[in-house]
Amino acid sequence: MALLRHGALQPNDWRFVADDAAVPDDGAVTVSLNRWQAEGEALRSRAAPTGVRLKNDETALALAADAHRLPLIELEFPKFTDGRAFSQARILRDKLGYQGELRAFGNILRDQYFYMTRCGIDAVELPDGKPTEGYLAALKEFSAWYQPASDGRTTVLELRHPANANTRRGAAPLVSESVAAHAL
Amino acid sequence: MYRYDEFDATIVQERVQQFRGQVARRLAGELTEDEFRPLRLKNGLYLQLHAYMLRIAIPYGVLSSKKLRKLAYIARRYDRGFGHFTTRTNIQFHWPQLNEVPDILQHLAEVEMHSIQTSGNCIRNVTADQFAGAAADEIEDPRPWAEIVRQWSTFHPEFSYLPRKFKIAITGAADDRAAIRVHDIGLRIVQNEAGETGFEVWVGGGLGRIPILAVLCRRFLPKEHLLSYLDAILRTYNLLGRRDNIHKARIKILVQATGGEKFAAMVEEEWEKIKDGPLHLPQAEVERIHRYFAPPSYETLAEIDAEFEAARLEHRDFARWARANVVKHRIAGYAIVNVSLKPEGGTPGDVSADQMDLLADLADRFSLNEIRVTHHQNMVLPHVRKRDLYALWQQLKAAKLATPNLGFISDIISCPGLDYCTLANARSIPVAQRLSRHFSDPRKLDEIGELRLNISGCINACGHHHVGHIGILGVDKHGQEFYQVTLGGSSKDDAALGKIVGASFSEDEIVPAIDTIIQTYLANRAGRGERFVDYYRRVGMDPFKEALYGPATARRPAAE
Repeated sequence: MALLRHGALQPNDWRFVADDAAVPDDGAVTVSLNRWQAEGEALRSRAAPTGVRLKNDETALALAADAHRLPLIELEFPKFTDGRAFSQARILRDKLGYQGELRAFGNILRDQYFYMTRCGIDAVELPDGKPTEGYLAALKEFSAWYQPASDGRTTVLELRHPANANTRRGAAPLVSESVAAHAL
Repeated sequence: MYRYDEFDATIVQERVQQFRGQVARRLAGELTEDEFRPLRLKNGLYLQLHAYMLRIAIPYGVLSSKKLRKLAYIARRYDRGFGHFTTRTNIQFHWPQLNEVPDILQHLAEVEMHSIQTSGNCIRNVTADQFAGAAADEIEDPRPWAEIVRQWSTFHPEFSYLPRKFKIAITGAADDRAAIRVHDIGLRIVQNEAGETGFEVWVGGGLGRIPILAVLCRRFLPKEHLLSYLDAILRTYNLLGRRDNIHKARIKILVQATGGEKFAAMVEEEWEKIKDGPLHLPQAEVERIHRYFAPPSYETLAEIDAEFEAARLEHRDFARWARANVVKHRIAGYAIVNVSLKPEGGTPGDVSADQMDLLADLADRFSLNEIRVTHHQNMVLPHVRKRDLYALWQQLKAAKLATPNLGFISDIISCPGLDYCTLANARSIPVAQRLSRHFSDPRKLDEIGELRLNISGCINACGHHHVGHIGILGVDKHGQEFYQVTLGGSSKDDAALGKIVGASFSEDEIVPAIDTIIQTYLANRAGRGERFVDYYRRVGMDPFKEALYGPATARRPAAE
C-alpha cells in the first residue's frame, strides 16, 4: 500500500492486526474498536504506538475517552460512494478534539481526496502502483470553498467579512497541527 | 437577483476547468466509462438512450433575460434548437456531444450558471416558490435563504457522498407552491408569537418508489441557525441512512424507521453542539445576500387599470387567459404572469430557442428582466404592469406561449419517459400530448376547473404522479406499455398521495379512461365549486371504479 500523507508519498510504518491474531510487542499497529475496548488496558501499556481502525458503521463517539491519547485512527471507505467516514472524521476532529493522524483506506477516488482533507483526514492509503499524481493535482483544483470544515482553511464567508472571522461566536473549529500544516 | 462575487465566480470557473480535465481523460481513454460515470453525474451529465443529456441548474428557478438568452444560444449551437424544463426547475439538453460539454459549461459560467450537483447522491438544486418576491401572500422572500443554502451545499466536503440524492425546497408564502412536504427537507418561513420570522422545518418527504409525506421536525428555527440545523440533519442522515438498498436509501426511509419524533430529537442533540460554531450565520452575510433581492423599482400605479379592464371586456380570449394564467402581485397595478409551456399537443416543459429569446425580450420589456421556472414545468414573468398585459398576451399568443390552462387538466407535469430515459417503462410525452389534445377546448377546461394531472414513465416518479389529483404511471406488462391511474394526490398544503384506482390501461385505453373519470366527476359533483379533488375526497374511489370497470359484483378482482 502506498501512503499519501500531507500531500506527499511517505513510507507506511503501520499495520492492522486482525482480531484473531496476536498483537506483537513491537511495531506500530492498529486494532479494531472492539479489541481496543476489550483489551484497552494491555494495549495502552504497549511500548510501541497503537491506533484504532474504526468501521464506518461504528460511532466515532466511542473514542471520546481515548481521542487525546491515540496517535492514529483509520477510517474505512469500503466503496467510494459510501461517505459515512467523512462525518466520522468531522466528529473526531471537531467534537472530540482529536489531534492525531486520521487515515483513510479503501476505495478512494482522486476527486474525493480534497474533500477528505477538508474533513480533517490527513493521509490516504492507495493500492501499490496506483498513480498518485492525479491525487496531488486534485488538491489544487479549487482555491475557494464555502463551508467551514475541519481543516482550518479560510472560507469564502471569512474572506467576505474579515472582521467577522475573529468575532464569530463559540469555539473555532479544533484543528490538529498536522491538518493545519497541511492546509494549502 | 444574486450576482456572483469573485469567490463564486472562481469556484464555478475552477469547476469548468476540472470537468474539462475529466472529459479529456475520458476521451483519451485514461478513464473507463465506469470510472467517468460518477464524475460526469456530479456535473449533471447522463448517458441516455440516444445520447448524453446535460442538466443545468437554475437555482431556485430564477433566470434573468441574459441567462435565458444564453440557454437559447446553447440550444441552437449545441442541441437541436430546444430545451426541456424539469420539475426541479432545471433545464435539460438531450443532444449534446461529450467533447463540447466543457465549452457549454464555459458559456454558462459567463452568465453565472453551472450544472453543479444536478445529479448524483448529493444536495441537489434547491427550489423555491416561483412567485417569490412578488406573491401577495408572502411573509418573506425565500430567495436569499435559497441562495445561502445553494452556497452552503455547493461542493460540501462532508455531504457529497450521501446514501442518496437530497432535495431541499423553501417557501415564504401562506400558500405552499414549493411542494415542501414532498422534499427531503422542506422549509417554510413562519412568524412566531413574538412576531419574529424563522423556519418551520419538515423532513423526510419524497416521491419515487415509496412516496412519503414529510414530518414536522421543528416548529420554529431562528434564521441565523439555518445552516447548522441543515448540517445536523445531513450529518444524522449521512451516518445512519441505509446504504444496502438503493430503494431504501432516501432520508424518508430513515425518518420512518426511526420515528419522526425520535429523528427530530437526534437532530436537536447534534444541533445543540454545533449551532453556535462557525456555521452560525453572521448578520453581515445575511444582509449582503438580502441586498441582491431588494425589491425592484416599481412604479406607483393604481390597483385597477382602465386599459386592462377595457381589453378584458373587449377580447374574450384575452379575458380567459388573464383569468387562468395571471395572478395577483403584492404591488398595486402589477401582476404575475404564468407562461404555459403546455400547448395543445406539445411536450410539457419544452421550449424552443426562438421562444427562449422571445421570453428574454418580453422579460426586458415587461417584467424588469426577470423570469422564473416553476416545478410545474411552466415559466413566470413575475413583475408585469397590468396595463402591459394585453400587449404581452398578444406576443405570447403569437409564439404559442399563451395557452390559458394554468392549473387545468392540460397543464400536465410529465417526465421525458421512454422517448429519452433509460429508466422508463413507458412513454410519457405521447400520453401527455394526446390528453392535451383531448382536453383542448378552453370552455371544457373552465367547466372541469382546477385539476392537477401528472405523468411518470416509471416508478421513480420524476413526473410526480403520486401528487397529481390524477396521476398516471407508466408500467411494463409483458413488454407492453400500460398505464396505472391514481386519484386524490396533492403537493400543496392539503398534501396527499394518490391511491390506485384499479387495473392499469393500455396505450389505447388511457385517454378514454381519463375521460370517463372526468365525466364521472362532472355528472356527480356538488356544483362547480367542488373541485375534482374535493369531490374525490368526499365520495372516494367507488364511483370511479364503477364507471371504469363496471359494477362491483361483475368485476374481477384487480391485479394490483
